[in-house]
Amino acid sequence: MKPKTTTTGLASVLALIAGMGAAQAQGDLVIGMQLEPPHLDPTSAAAGAIDQVTYANIFEGLTRFGPDGSVNPGLAESWDISDDGRIYTFHLHEGVTFHDGTALDAGDVKFSLDRARGEDSTNAQKGLFAGIETVEVVDPLTVRVTLAQPDGSFLFNMAWGDAVIVAPESVDQLKTNPVGTGAFRFADWAQGDRIDIVRNEDYWGTPAGLESATFKFISDPTAAFAAMMAEDIDAFSGFPAPENLPQFDADPRFKVLVGSTEGETILSTNNAQPPFDDVKVRKAMAHAIDRQAIIDGAMFGYGTPIGTHFAPHHPDYVDLTGQSAHDPELARSLLAEAGYPDGFTTTLKLPPPSYARRGGEIIAAQLREVGIETEITNLEWAQWLEQVFRGKDFGLTIVSHTEPMDIGIYADPDYYFQYDNPAFTELMTDLQGESEPEARSEMLRKAQRIIAEDYVNGYLFQLASLSVAKTGVQGLWKNAPTQAIDLTGVSWAD
Amino acid sequence: MLRYMVKKLLSLAVSLVVASAVIFLALEVVPGDPAANMLGINAQEETLAALREELGLDRGPVARYADWVGGMLVGDFGTSYTYRTPVSEMIADRVVVSLPLALYALALSTLVAIPAGIWAAARRGSGVDLGVMGLTQLGVAIPNFWFAMLMVLIFAINLRWFSAGGFAGWDAGVGPAMHSLTLPAVALALPQAAILTRVMRSALLDTLGEDFIRTARAKGLTRGQTLWRHALRNALIPVLTIIGLQFSFLIAGAIIIENVFFLPGLGRLVFQAISARDLIVVESVVMLLVFAVIMVNFVVDLTYAAVDPRLRRSR
Repeated sequence: MKPKTTTTGLASVLALIAGMGAAQAQGDLVIGMQLEPPHLDPTSAAAGAIDQVTYANIFEGLTRFGPDGSVNPGLAESWDISDDGRIYTFHLHEGVTFHDGTALDAGDVKFSLDRARGEDSTNAQKGLFAGIETVEVVDPLTVRVTLAQPDGSFLFNMAWGDAVIVAPESVDQLKTNPVGTGAFRFADWAQGDRIDIVRNEDYWGTPAGLESATFKFISDPTAAFAAMMAEDIDAFSGFPAPENLPQFDADPRFKVLVGSTEGETILSTNNAQPPFDDVKVRKAMAHAIDRQAIIDGAMFGYGTPIGTHFAPHHPDYVDLTGQSAHDPELARSLLAEAGYPDGFTTTLKLPPPSYARRGGEIIAAQLREVGIETEITNLEWAQWLEQVFRGKDFGLTIVSHTEPMDIGIYADPDYYFQYDNPAFTELMTDLQGESEPEARSEMLRKAQRIIAEDYVNGYLFQLASLSVAKTGVQGLWKNAPTQAIDLTGVSWAD
Repeated sequence: MLRYMVKKLLSLAVSLVVASAVIFLALEVVPGDPAANMLGINAQEETLAALREELGLDRGPVARYADWVGGMLVGDFGTSYTYRTPVSEMIADRVVVSLPLALYALALSTLVAIPAGIWAAARRGSGVDLGVMGLTQLGVAIPNFWFAMLMVLIFAINLRWFSAGGFAGWDAGVGPAMHSLTLPAVALALPQAAILTRVMRSALLDTLGEDFIRTARAKGLTRGQTLWRHALRNALIPVLTIIGLQFSFLIAGAIIIENVFFLPGLGRLVFQAISARDLIVVESVVMLLVFAVIMVNFVVDLTYAAVDPRLRRSR
């Protein structure tokens, strides 16, 4: 009797151990991410984690971003733009249904857009919808959107996760039980642990390659490394421990995906606060900074140097890094010229991400080289938003601006870094009214040069998108043109 | 006994009232607006106002405090700002991880520490005593998160006996669930066991030096008999105190271990809620933890009385 018990016990332990490793049926994918979404309604919060889980997987908009950042048709299969650029007529796909079985029609589009721009809207990007004058239902599959003024970036704006189409029937439960039109439907959420989604068998487009997927929330970098190494998870999007990437790269079980994000990481400078109101001081700081040292020291070599507020992978990007090359000698003489031969002291307020905390120490040392002393304060995001972003109580801060195509923030003199240049504001107004691609490109290039020449902020690097996956996982996005983990094209290699 | 209990209950109630006021005030002065935090940097002023109204943040602190305490008295912990689900449900989801983990760790540490402490005390000055004391020194000195990482490296990454973290869930069965709590429980138990062993040993040695032990020995009892019948019972009071404190610590203090093993427990909930400025969740969970700690102390007080009859009569 006794030996039998032992054998059974041992067998069950072995089965348990084996079960851990073989849990991944090939139609399933477990993907790690660092932050858990607070809820699952992308139309009423800014948290990037919401988009990571829901964008394209659960919810879709009229247009959508491709892996390269291009704007492609989404729920609208085509559109016509009136000659004056004000009226967009969207033609919706036929036969699209929401996960609860109700059909998508023009009324849902009108409802979604009106809800986002309505008076009691809690949309975090309400500005995207500000130009809309009216939304009209022409017939069940046609919607006409009239803008107050022509807006060259309207189709781009409609691709954001904040502009997805939702149905009035299910809108009240989106936060906990999201109902969209995407290739996956929401299945389960074990708060603090994971979210499960399953393939939508009634999907209108190309069906997903995976039967199901699990988003697993692992915030600690060491734990992320361990979970990947132990093969508890199949992939990790936005891997938080760049120092471990070479180890994964060298391991045949894994592959490392290094791409670009829309995050311009900048030494944000309070342009309204002396001495930063003097362009010579800002120029001196720009030359005091050694970008490569920051990328190597804070990001373990991952990141592309930038010389202006624009993504290097964008076709209209101009490389202006030479204009603020590392030159401490020049920096010191510029400071002397500006009346600060002995430098000055200012504040450097750092939000939690490691690019800021690690980068901040390095920048402080580089600024000290030329005589600028910084008092470093570490802030939580909530404090950073209150003190720096809203209160404008700072000298310097380091932050990554992750919104795509956000050079327009320099047109607002009230924005937290308080850059006030009427010529730039005018250029942005003109850009908005321009829909001719060639002219738009020219304007965007000009805009990059203006802010680089004014040394508005210290332009450091474009944040890299770092992912690790098992070798067999294919179709994961390398770049992150928006904060999405689009699993619709992901599958396992045979 | 009744007077003793009434007195303890009264102090329990006062502690709870004071704690609720302190928690609420502390979170009132923490900088950071929950609405601004949720809507991010592109939010417009009117959108923020709409959200504040929706969350009830536009009302004064006194009204919100009254609501919160009033709700808790009838078992309503409010609704989370960010998750938008009832806080009581969220707590219930997390307690089923944190409580078993704490009990598991406590069981491990007690099962190891009490025999080890008795053994070391009984063989005072011997090689056993030195060995046990050396190990406890090490157990106290090693930070438990580091020990946790080491165990993950050995048992999850190299040997693959356990997963590196996460919780299988009770739906998967008791076996897999306990399996996924094992490494965290061992990591939590290590320093506790070390401390408890030392307390057990020294308490027992103190008692063994008392007059009544000499009397018992003089009456002809063997060393072993005096130890088991007389000394152990008297040495248990300080040990119980420590176990009570440790249990409170294990429930409330597992934040780091929960992060290392990415377990969806109470500690991680508080951690997330603080950075998201989900004040109602922080307030309610902290209040619950305070309640748990006070209750554990209350139970420990009652156990003293059970172990030591003098306490029942004199106070």
